[in-house]
Amino acid sequence: MVESKDKTPENKVTPAARQYPDPASKLRQDPPTTGHSWDGIEEYDNPMPRWWVWIFIITIIWAVGYWIAMPAWPGIQSATSGMLGYSSRANVATEISEFEARNEQFFVQLLETDLDAIRDNDELHRFAVNAGGSVFRAQCSQCHGTGGAGVQANGFPNLLDDDWLWGGTMDDIVTTISYGIRNEDYPDARYSAMPAFGQDGLLDNDEIDQVVNHVLSLSGADHDAALAAAGAEVFDLNCASCHGVEGEGDYFIGAPALNNQIWLYGGSPDAIRESVYYSRFGVMPGFERRLRDAEIRAVAAYVHQLGGGQ
Amino acid sequence: MGLLDHHKKIETHATLLLVLSFLVVTIGGIVQIVPLFYLDNTIEKVEGMRPYAPLELAGREIYVREGCYTCHSQMIRPMRDEVERYGHYSLAAESMYDHPFQWGSKRTGPDLARLGGRYSDDWHVQHMMDPRAVVPESIMPSYGFMMNRVLTREDAEHVRDIMSVYRLLGHPYTDEMMENAVSDFFAQVDEFGDPVADRYPGAQQRNFDGQPELTEMDAIIAYMQMLGTLVDFDTFVPDPSR
Repeated sequence: MVESKDKTPENKVTPAARQYPDPASKLRQDPPTTGHSWDGIEEYDNPMPRWWVWIFIITIIWAVGYWIAMPAWPGIQSATSGMLGYSSRANVATEISEFEARNEQFFVQLLETDLDAIRDNDELHRFAVNAGGSVFRAQCSQCHGTGGAGVQANGFPNLLDDDWLWGGTMDDIVTTISYGIRNEDYPDARYSAMPAFGQDGLLDNDEIDQVVNHVLSLSGADHDAALAAAGAEVFDLNCASCHGVEGEGDYFIGAPALNNQIWLYGGSPDAIRESVYYSRFGVMPGFERRLRDAEIRAVAAYVHQLGGGQ
Repeated sequence: MGLLDHHKKIETHATLLLVLSFLVVTIGGIVQIVPLFYLDNTIEKVEGMRPYAPLELAGREIYVREGCYTCHSQMIRPMRDEVERYGHYSLAAESMYDHPFQWGSKRTGPDLARLGGRYSDDWHVQHMMDPRAVVPESIMPSYGFMMNRVLTREDAEHVRDIMSVYRLLGHPYTDEMMENAVSDFFAQVDEFGDPVADRYPGAQQRNFDGQPELTEMDAIIAYMQMLGTLVDFDTFVPDPSR
């Protein structure tokens, strides 16, 4: 062997000349080739495995059957509809009506039963709570939370407690769900608006400070006693007509109770000041046109039993 | 063999191979695609579909820019669970003014095809600022920066240009719509402005994000509040052969 470091063009080892296959000799001993030749490389024409060929043929036959049975070929006006008459839209309609038919007896019962009597009928109440719960999770949970706890301090009411804005009887809840709150889609929507006392110049900053402290005192929170005492008069003149003299709130106009620790937009002095200064305007869509009446009653039954039903 | 003997000619001739492959693909394309343009039931006739109002279109551009379609579909399939949760299954007509369509292929978040009117504007603002504030289990990123991105007259003119391209593609934007495109763009966030709904029936007109400026947040909420609300399903009769 020549050491690689000693290699020179003169003593280089020449490899044996490359051997190209002789196509003619191959033909004598090997299967036939396809006749394709790229740079002398040829391709044997071996038969496909039988199982593979059969599956291939079966898929072709299957396709022809499928064309006949299922919607397939486009024509002039419409595509062939297939012997089986398959239609994904008809299927979903059938499936939905099948389940509705199964639930129909309960839906009818829900409509016929007096709202407050639903919870006396165990079977119906169980159905209503479960059906209502599933509607709640699809339609209501985004704002009121998956478990109904709302989003504290962001204006999305907690439905688990017994503090209500517009009333917590079955009738109240059904009305709220049906028409919503402060929307323009339903003339029957619950509606009220608190004045923006600061923004609209109804109260000056000192008066707002006083009334904020008075509101804090109503709920027993830390407050400045002197400011709160001065705020009592401001409260009586401006707030009491809706929120009540003791801050007990009023379901009829959706005025929140101020004499407890439950806050819709936060109970810090800053949050209360913002509520007084700019006012708040929480809205809720109505569901009368989205849900069946029986579904609305079911959701009401679900919400009612979450904790605070009246 | 006969015909097959010639394939050496095709396989050794790149241009000929290209031309013939193209022919074969064309035939496949013609059979599959062309009928969709003339068959009556490809796009059902429904009442209420209209091209998007300028601000909604700006919102749509933001929706596409932010890649919302990678996590949210806009396609309610005809299946019971989807129809029960999201509402009526989507119709082809509902995407007829979408270029490109926003059907998406993956739902990390929920389907948005019928998002319009489900939530309040305030909910959308809070949700875009901090999704976890309203939906604790959400993994959506925050898009609060949209509150700070003010849309200007230049943006309105850009939207008008987009509208004129769509018009070339056959969207029924009228001359009146084109002339008022820029003013409609700004009017839609002004409750007391020139009613946009005169030209775009059902268009919602109000200050969507609660800020005095017209921002990207206004545009995206205007778009979201419109989604799925246009078709009047009282007039929709499903074609039995679909």
